[in-house]
Amino acid sequence: MNLLEIENLQVKVKDQTILKDINLTLRGEEVYVLFGPNGSGKTTLINAIIGIPSQKVSGKIKFMGEDITKKTVDERAKLGISVGFQNPPEIAGIKLADVLKLCLNKSPKDEFSNEEKQQIKAFNLTGFLNRDFNVDFSGGERKRAEILQMMFLKSKLLILDEPDSGVDIESLKLVGHEIQRYIEETKSSALIVTHQGGILEFLDAKHACVLLESKIHCFPEPKKILKTLKTKGYKECIECQERVTEGW
Amino acid sequence: MTKIPHQILKEAYKAGVESDEKTRSGTFMHIDQSTLYSKINDAYKDKIEIMDTKEALHKHPWLEDYRWKLIDEDKDEFTKKVANEFSGGYFIRILPNIEVILPLQSCLMITKNNLEQRVHNIIIAEEGSKAHLITSCIQHPLIESSTHIGISEFYIEKGAKLNFTMIHNWKEKTLVRPRSAAIIEDYGEFVSNYLCLRPVRDSQMYPTALCNGKYSKASFNTILFGQRQSLVDVGSKAILNGKGSRTEMVSRAIARKGSKIYVRGRIEGNHQESKGHLECKGLLLDSESYIHAIPELVARKEGAELSHEAAVGRISEKEITYLMTRRLNEEEAVSMIIRGFMDTSIMGLPKDLNKEINRIIDLTAEAH
Repeated sequence: MNLLEIENLQVKVKDQTILKDINLTLRGEEVYVLFGPNGSGKTTLINAIIGIPSQKVSGKIKFMGEDITKKTVDERAKLGISVGFQNPPEIAGIKLADVLKLCLNKSPKDEFSNEEKQQIKAFNLTGFLNRDFNVDFSGGERKRAEILQMMFLKSKLLILDEPDSGVDIESLKLVGHEIQRYIEETKSSALIVTHQGGILEFLDAKHACVLLESKIHCFPEPKKILKTLKTKGYKECIECQERVTEGW
Repeated sequence: MTKIPHQILKEAYKAGVESDEKTRSGTFMHIDQSTLYSKINDAYKDKIEIMDTKEALHKHPWLEDYRWKLIDEDKDEFTKKVANEFSGGYFIRILPNIEVILPLQSCLMITKNNLEQRVHNIIIAEEGSKAHLITSCIQHPLIESSTHIGISEFYIEKGAKLNFTMIHNWKEKTLVRPRSAAIIEDYGEFVSNYLCLRPVRDSQMYPTALCNGKYSKASFNTILFGQRQSLVDVGSKAILNGKGSRTEMVSRAIARKGSKIYVRGRIEGNHQESKGHLECKGLLLDSESYIHAIPELVARKEGAELSHEAAVGRISEKEITYLMTRRLNEEEAVSMIIRGFMDTSIMGLPKDLNKEINRIIDLTAEAH
């Protein structure tokens, strides 16, 4: 059974068609990379997968064989889709510890286990536990907090929106390694959306695709694409690469 | 307190009154028009006084010098009523240099329909003393309608510190008119915390702190939860007269179900070395409700540093969706945001008292 199947997806935001006729299949237990220039609709696609209500979606999204097109954000999260946002909100009065406990399905009064404390420490976030969520956090701190939440959510599919933008190199390295380790240990999958591809230095991704002009173009080797993108830009990449038309 | 009827204690508990008196330095209860209970914890005998104001006026003739000195008895129809006739109230005095670690508690309750309760409270924190006072004002849920008029005068003497927390638990037909003022002497500090989380018909108050002393300080923290057609008009005013005097005001207002909330704040900088900041945040949960933030800054001397920030708006969809990606349903996400918005860490309460206040907020959150 495929992990995620997207069939003939069309997404409208405020009456404007952002995505049309998107077809994408993730078989699972792999790291997938989705490239795309700014404004190509990468975040819109993520929002469609996680079920953000402000978008009008037609077509079908299946997760582990189940049609989730009509399911709410929390229902999809409970099925095993988690997302690390590019720009997570600041929430005054809610502490980082509160959100982490949510992800662990603990009540606010429960303590973290020793293992969880170790993991928080590994992410350099121990000192942030009792601070208001993301308030005055740096880019790297926010990113680490996002990824740690995903580790705690223990999802089957991790969707990461631009994990390599606005983040220091140490945080990126840590985040990349932790995701890799998690994927291997839990046999889960990740869909990494990136413009620059910086995180690929620390992650072993086997598949890549490019979202351009509302279409998804699939390719076998992420690092090769990245190289072409860096030297020639998006348009030319599409022209010169050998495409896999049937998807991964 | 075992002699106090159970239905009264139960309601008092919901508004923060602790029946285990070992954890309080003193307890005072005024029900309807009489003082039912007034007791000092043995550990604080001869260190603090707590009694009915009428009794205190009789015992200490000098107390007349403190009565109607901060508030003009002709100020409005409500002050005039209390000046004309009142049923008592609490007199609390913390003797010089006494540090009262356990909080003092007082409770003013109305249990009779259509009663107009009129009380006059006088609180004196003498030189170098430190104390916490928690006051719970309640209309018993078994009755429909009542009026509460409370005069409170606070004297914070040199180097004294008083943290005063007031919790209001009214009902849909209660009219509430507190009239409060505090005077703060050199190096003194007054912290005033106010919580109004239950419905009320009409509540209006504008407590004033006169920071007359050198380096005196007043802080106001307010948490308002307006609901079911409540009209809540609450302000905080600080008059910074002393050298180095300062004030901080923080308020959080949540309006839902047709409630109207006015959050006022006024800082007057009358000394060139005075400093004040006002922060007001409002959260509107539906379109039938209304929040009006009115911050005012008045500088009369060059050098006075006054600032404010105010933000009023609807609950953020982005925050709700975010928490839903962490597996909360929409309703749970909204509750968590509201709960966070009413964060009490701003109030500088001792740990136990903070826990107490959080218990009350949790009760509010659960009930809705």
